Amino acid sequence: MNQLMTEIIDGLGVMHLTPGNVAMWLIAFVLFYLAIKKGVEPLLLLPIGFGVFAANFPLTGLLEEGGLFYIFYHYGIENELIPPLIFLGLGAMTDFGPVIANPKTLLLGAAAQLGVYAAFFGALFTGLFNVKEAACIGIIGGADGPTSIFLSANLAPHMMGAVSVAAYSYMALVPIIIPPIAKALTTKQERAMPMGMMRMPSKTEKIVFPVLASIVIILLVPKSAPLIAMFMVGNLFMESAVVDRLTDVARNALMNIVTILLGLGVGSTMTADSFLNSKTIGVFIMGVVAFAFATAGGVLLAKLMNLFTKNKVNPLIGAAGVSAVPMAARVVHNMGTEANPQNYLLMHAMGPNVAGVIGTAVAAGAFITAIL
Amino acid sequence: MTQVNAPMVGKVLSVDVKVGDQVKKNDVLVTLEAMKMQIKVYAPADGEVAEVNCNAGDVVSTDTVVVALK
Repeated sequence: MNQLMTEIIDGLGVMHLTPGNVAMWLIAFVLFYLAIKKGVEPLLLLPIGFGVFAANFPLTGLLEEGGLFYIFYHYGIENELIPPLIFLGLGAMTDFGPVIANPKTLLLGAAAQLGVYAAFFGALFTGLFNVKEAACIGIIGGADGPTSIFLSANLAPHMMGAVSVAAYSYMALVPIIIPPIAKALTTKQERAMPMGMMRMPSKTEKIVFPVLASIVIILLVPKSAPLIAMFMVGNLFMESAVVDRLTDVARNALMNIVTILLGLGVGSTMTADSFLNSKTIGVFIMGVVAFAFATAGGVLLAKLMNLFTKNKVNPLIGAAGVSAVPMAARVVHNMGTEANPQNYLLMHAMGPNVAGVIGTAVAAGAFITAIL
Repeated sequence: MTQVNAPMVGKVLSVDVKVGDQVKKNDVLVTLEAMKMQIKVYAPADGEVAEVNCNAGDVVSTDTVVVALK
């Protein structure tokens, strides 16, 4: 009888609850608060938060082989299925028109990857992180959640929770991070520089672009193929306008389903053992460095381009190269309008903004090629 | 006559002037919604509103003259 009672009591989850579990619940509650009360990336932070919450109950078996969250994580994320499916949906929502109208903006998106490499080398320099971990921290500067998760799954799965939460949190802070850096690197005169009307690319150009971009990017960085191929096929669905059903599924139903699985899967990786350590603090600090350098890289390249080109660009649009589509472009537009109400930078900023997504996927592919 | 085109493709949220209004440079003429953002279209110069060619709910593009000033 005593043994039975002992077994029953021992089987109660509450008997195995650790301070670490409770600490992780508090982190989950912070994520709930940010998502529900502050509107910070709710589509991701809410499922991630609940993933953290549920994964830190003792004795559930959710994370053991065959457990529900294990299945989400192992088959969805570790096997690199979900991030490319998210890219499919993103492609089906992305208008490459601004990039096609002004291909120079591709360079600005590439320049913003300065943040990725600055944070990578910075993280290595601290001595806290190995090369694989440093690459995952660097990619936070690309401000692209699925790419951060994709790279973490490849190089440092134990860092995925911290890296993805840092990436999504800082993306929400783009309106706070970009303005001071972009202002410090530009004069009011530069910020007030109006840009003319953008030409409207033809339908043919928009159809050719995803095919051409796939050829160039995947031939140069083959390991970026899972993300780039799905991004471009989604875009081709949309621009061809002959598979509306597929476009609709890619950017609505499928996107929503995989977002739930992604959020819960990523959140479930954030157990007390893997999250409550000094490396997590390092990830968050270096994440800010990554964003700051990404902003600076785009702005400085835009200024450099203006020294050598006839059709000058407002250097603010370089700041949109940090991705975080379309929030970074909106921030840039507001800064431009503040300097000169006749300045409409939104669509011009979408060029580097979209190019930044491509640039980050390429940077992730380059890391995998170089490190694995 | 100064023609004011929509700066980008967007939906007209509100027309903030009417024919005959006197406006100063940088006064708001029309408010658009593009990329889930409110974009205010400002007067490029002082003048009188001669034409208003759009209504709330219209979708306009860069070749749409939304307002003309004289």
